[in-house]
Amino acid sequence: MSAAIEIQSVTKRYGALTVLDDISLTITPGEFVVFLGPSGCGKSTLLRMIAGLEAVDAGEIHLGGRRIDTLAPGQRGVAMVFQSYALYPHMTVAKNMAFGLENIGLEAAEITRRVTEAARVLEIDHLLDRKPAKLSGGQRQRVAIGRAIVKEPMAFLFDEPLSNLDAALRGRTRLELAQLHQRLGATMIFVTHDQVEAMTLADRIVIMNGRKIEQIGTPMDIYHRPKTRFVAEFVGSPAMSMLPVAAVTAESVEIAGLGRIAAQLPGLSGFDAAGAVLGVRAEDAHVLPADQSGLPFTISVVERLGDRTLLYGRLGTVCDLVVEDTGRSTAVAGQTVSVGFNPAALHLFDAAGRACDGLGG
Amino acid sequence: MAESYRRSSWKNMLFVAPYLTAFVTLLVFPLLWGMWLSLNKVDLFSGAKFVGLKNYARVLADPVFAQAVKNTALFVAVSVPSLVALGLFLALALNKTTRGSAFLRGLFFSSSILSVTIVTLIWRVVFIPGDGLLAVLFEAMGWTPIGFLSTKGWSLFSVGVATVWWCLGLPMMLFLAALQQIPADLYEAAALDNASKWRVLTRVTLPSIRSTIMMVAVIQIVMQFQLFGQAQLMTNGGPAGSSRPIVMYIYETSFVRWEIGMGAAASEILFAIILVAAMVQYWLSTRKEEA
Ligand SMILES: Nc1ncnc2c1ncn2[C@@H]1O[C@H](COP(=O)(O)OP(=O)(O)O)[C@@H](O)[C@H]1O
Ligand SMILES: [Mg+2]
Repeated sequence: MSAAIEIQSVTKRYGALTVLDDISLTITPGEFVVFLGPSGCGKSTLLRMIAGLEAVDAGEIHLGGRRIDTLAPGQRGVAMVFQSYALYPHMTVAKNMAFGLENIGLEAAEITRRVTEAARVLEIDHLLDRKPAKLSGGQRQRVAIGRAIVKEPMAFLFDEPLSNLDAALRGRTRLELAQLHQRLGATMIFVTHDQVEAMTLADRIVIMNGRKIEQIGTPMDIYHRPKTRFVAEFVGSPAMSMLPVAAVTAESVEIAGLGRIAAQLPGLSGFDAAGAVLGVRAEDAHVLPADQSGLPFTISVVERLGDRTLLYGRLGTVCDLVVEDTGRSTAVAGQTVSVGFNPAALHLFDAAGRACDGLGG
Repeated sequence: MAESYRRSSWKNMLFVAPYLTAFVTLLVFPLLWGMWLSLNKVDLFSGAKFVGLKNYARVLADPVFAQAVKNTALFVAVSVPSLVALGLFLALALNKTTRGSAFLRGLFFSSSILSVTIVTLIWRVVFIPGDGLLAVLFEAMGWTPIGFLSTKGWSLFSVGVATVWWCLGLPMMLFLAALQQIPADLYEAAALDNASKWRVLTRVTLPSIRSTIMMVAVIQIVMQFQLFGQAQLMTNGGPAGSSRPIVMYIYETSFVRWEIGMGAAASEILFAIILVAAMVQYWLSTRKEEA
């Protein structure tokens, strides 16, 4: 039942405001794709255009080889789970799930079979006769998912479905969604601004920002090989530190006002260091033993997480940096230590924010 | 804490005192006084004389009162459903953000701010024989003219038309307010669920505003049972009392014939009728919701 989705040069405008500009994207059948980006970047708008709830101003959308952007929402073969669940408040859970099937004139026996089956899978059989007002947030969530499942759509669309759940339930539901995807094998698009949800659920992540797609890739791609400075800073916690760059060679980078550090940047030629920055993740920076020399780092906050310790502070007087240390770190705030970096895991970005080395490319 | 709270609590009464004063003097006191009056024979000269339930017996035996009750009940039975249906229809049609519908909303509501005198004046221009709008129209079409205000049956109908036109604004506004409370994502879910316009109306929209429909119906029942001004000014209850409502009977008994006790008794009966009608309506609609 799964189908490919093809988004071709789609543009969306609200009056003079362009929200999405020439977006293209191909999703393979059965893939779990997550749209990730800051609030207001147009994730929901793109999803709603696929669902048919927003008009497409330019471009085309195809599902399973059929052009759908000109069809009514109900004709497209997609099911959507809303952030607010959007359950019909005056219908029982069973009626909520059956409504869409009744509308297409499916025979009663088949409707009952599908609703019962979905209720069993989602463990909501005992709630079928209740109205949504008598359900908890997590139960409503399940009903909303059930309402999507019974339609047996070619693609599922989720718009931040977990954001109204408490932390524990969110974690559990995330896991169940992953299992649901495995069992159904359906194409799924999931919108979120939460990078943990994106990293754990996605086959591929689509990072969006400012009307554009910044990068499309597997979670590991996105994390280890960010193509832009935005992606590098948006994904990962704590956020990647950015060090100002004065000059670059294939073997070293000179940090402005501090000195050279070793780096592996093969194939780098004619790089313009003006305005460039070097991105370093906390786990790729480390405190050096007293007998080795590195860059001076003054610790201002020590965050002990048990298995590891995060040191927040300033590198010389130049810029902020986060350094990861072991769980048994003896570092204290106010101390100045010297730090070194993993030369193979540095991310160089030019003034325009594009990744400029063998790693990020 | 609890002690100081209790000691200060009488002061809290000060906050409700202004409203309570108005409520007691303007509503509770007249209500009780009316009940007391209805048990007395009262006229202008001799003061009150206790007669028990005699006034009620006389009112209930009066064929003029029976006719007024029948007229009023018929009037309510036709005008209230019309008001609810038309108000709902207009609200559904005008529930848009376009400038045109905003203008029409204002237009349909504007009749509500007119006084009853103006309303009846306008509708007399429509209904009056000879030079009235309808009379001219009938003449132009070559139909036999109808004496809308002076024919049995038509007179109450004419009062009803004027009333619906006058009172339509409030139901429409209440329905519009209720419609705007319905979350937009319900309609989006329904669109994805392939629901036809009719199914959306009957399964999403109407169930969402049923408590408002109910409230509008009760308000209109209470208001329309008190029909007076339009009938007084348009038909004066005629012909032959065929458009005389209960309130007009009360007015004529109390202030034309000066049988104030009897008028008070008729008022109490009207009060009871309205109470029962509103309760029945309320009971009917809540019972359906449970099921
Ligand atoms: N109906 C609308 N009219 C005008 N602007 C809108 C409308 N809907 C969304 N927007 C704008 O489009 C942008 C993207 O919105 P949205 O897709 O909801 O963002 P996201 O889901 O990524 O948080 C936002 O800047 C928002 O203000
Ligand atoms: Mg959104």
